[in-house]
Amino acid sequence: MTALPHSTVKKLGLVIDLDTCVGCQACATSCKEWNTGGYSAPLSDIDPYGKDPHGAWLNRVHAYDVGEGASSRTVHFPRSCLHCETPACVIVCPTGASYKRADDGIVLVNPDMCIGCKLCSWACPYGAREYDPADGVMKKCTLCVDRIYNEHIPEVDRIPACVRACPTGARHFGDLGDANSDVSKLVAERGGYDLMPESGMKPVNKYLPPRARRDATTCGKAPAPEAAPMTGDGSALDRLFAFADKILSR
Amino acid sequence: MNPAYSVILFTTASGAGFGLLAWLAFSILTVPPASSAAYYVVAFGVAFAMAIGGLLSSLLHLGHPERAWRAFSQWRTSWLSREGMFAVVCLASSALLALAAIFDLHPILQRALALPVLISALGTVWCTGMIYESLTTIRAWNHWLTTEIYLVLAIASGALLMTALLALFGWFSEGAAWTTLGLLGLGAALKLFYWRGIDCAPKLSTAGSATGLGNLGQVRVLEAPHTQANFVMREMGYQVARKHALKLRRIALLLAFVVPVLAMLAALLLASGGAAFAAVLGVLSMTAGLVVERWLFFAEAQHVVTLFYGAERA
Repeated sequence: MTALPHSTVKKLGLVIDLDTCVGCQACATSCKEWNTGGYSAPLSDIDPYGKDPHGAWLNRVHAYDVGEGASSRTVHFPRSCLHCETPACVIVCPTGASYKRADDGIVLVNPDMCIGCKLCSWACPYGAREYDPADGVMKKCTLCVDRIYNEHIPEVDRIPACVRACPTGARHFGDLGDANSDVSKLVAERGGYDLMPESGMKPVNKYLPPRARRDATTCGKAPAPEAAPMTGDGSALDRLFAFADKILSR
Repeated sequence: MNPAYSVILFTTASGAGFGLLAWLAFSILTVPPASSAAYYVVAFGVAFAMAIGGLLSSLLHLGHPERAWRAFSQWRTSWLSREGMFAVVCLASSALLALAAIFDLHPILQRALALPVLISALGTVWCTGMIYESLTTIRAWNHWLTTEIYLVLAIASGALLMTALLALFGWFSEGAAWTTLGLLGLGAALKLFYWRGIDCAPKLSTAGSATGLGNLGQVRVLEAPHTQANFVMREMGYQVARKHALKLRRIALLLAFVVPVLAMLAALLLASGGAAFAAVLGVLSMTAGLVVERWLFFAEAQHVVTLFYGAERA
């Protein structure tokens, strides 16, 4: 059913820390690896080893250059489905293949009902849905619904593949509807925010902003003097080292 | 937005087809024109060919055409689903109306069948427009005139088709020609107003609001997440160059409105044999013009997702 639930018991989602993300793409590749064998299987690629490789991925990691001059910085920016509270992608679906679960708020596509009309991708402001050219249906982040409730895998793995794979702990998973959950506290503490709030979709996933810079450009102090170049005392040993350095530098 | 040819063909051909069905129903409801079984065979045949041909081409746009029947289920929320339902009701009731008109059954029966055809034909086109107008992610489509323009262009192209068909059968109708002229004028005015509107409307979303990093300064793309264009870029990233868009707008105006208006005026002056020639010329020109107009409707539309891929505003 494409009618949205009035409210969901839980609001499961991700909190992504843009301060610690290093843009290693581990979350994206881990997502692709899990989901090409899981609920969304297959997650097809077209021409994977040719001149124009492309295909369906559920997570994309951008890199932006933000700010000007000496104070500019690189921000790595993972982008996936935000499991919105009022997702337009679900409302526009003509078949009922798209739905939002009333118990945990996860937005899913039933791959057996989707006709591949792509209208949901037009309705989503975040580019979260990708058409699988080989499978003929829309694919999107499932929040690893086949991992988080899966009692056949170790408890430590019952989190989304992207969260499990992140080497810097930049991705957090939990119930954002519960004010006392770890993720909610993290969002409150770090000033987590919504992407494109003007879209009106009320995304559940939150992003933590990069922390303020702590370096010469922000602390108001003069930069530390550069270390003076090493100079020898002119001894025979010193000249020998200089000679060796010259030879070895060739 | 990627101007998919299947969708352009669907919205233009089906629009004209449903417009013609609406006019056939309207004429049967009000003053049946001089008519014969042959006229109704040809007129309904043309309308069905355009409406069904367009619907079939939109099926080609699907990843799983064999599941298309599922699209009738979500009429409570989805304009696409509503469009499908109206289209099926319209085609079914039009088939009955066509039989009643061809075999010249009792006028009351014909009128009883014409009413649902009129309502469902207009309803189909209205839903088509609402599919686009309801998308808040595309500013150019979220304009309040989008649906009205779809409706007026469908009715105008249907009226032009009907004027041409009547003239071909030797029953050129001045009333139909004047109605077509009025609708063409209205369509051109709405389209010009719409173009002015989307050119002036502020672009509210920015790369800064999309990423939430705007308070740190200007957001520029450093690295793309993938080496080749992905589905999102291929489907939503298409945009026509501004100077081409302006040229194409003039071509669309000329072919879809100016030439058909001249053709209608010529038909009114020539009457009889010359009228049919002029009207058919008008139909051909308007068809080409509407294809350009519809191509632009897609190609000019910018989706907010482009903000993640380097657009500064959308």
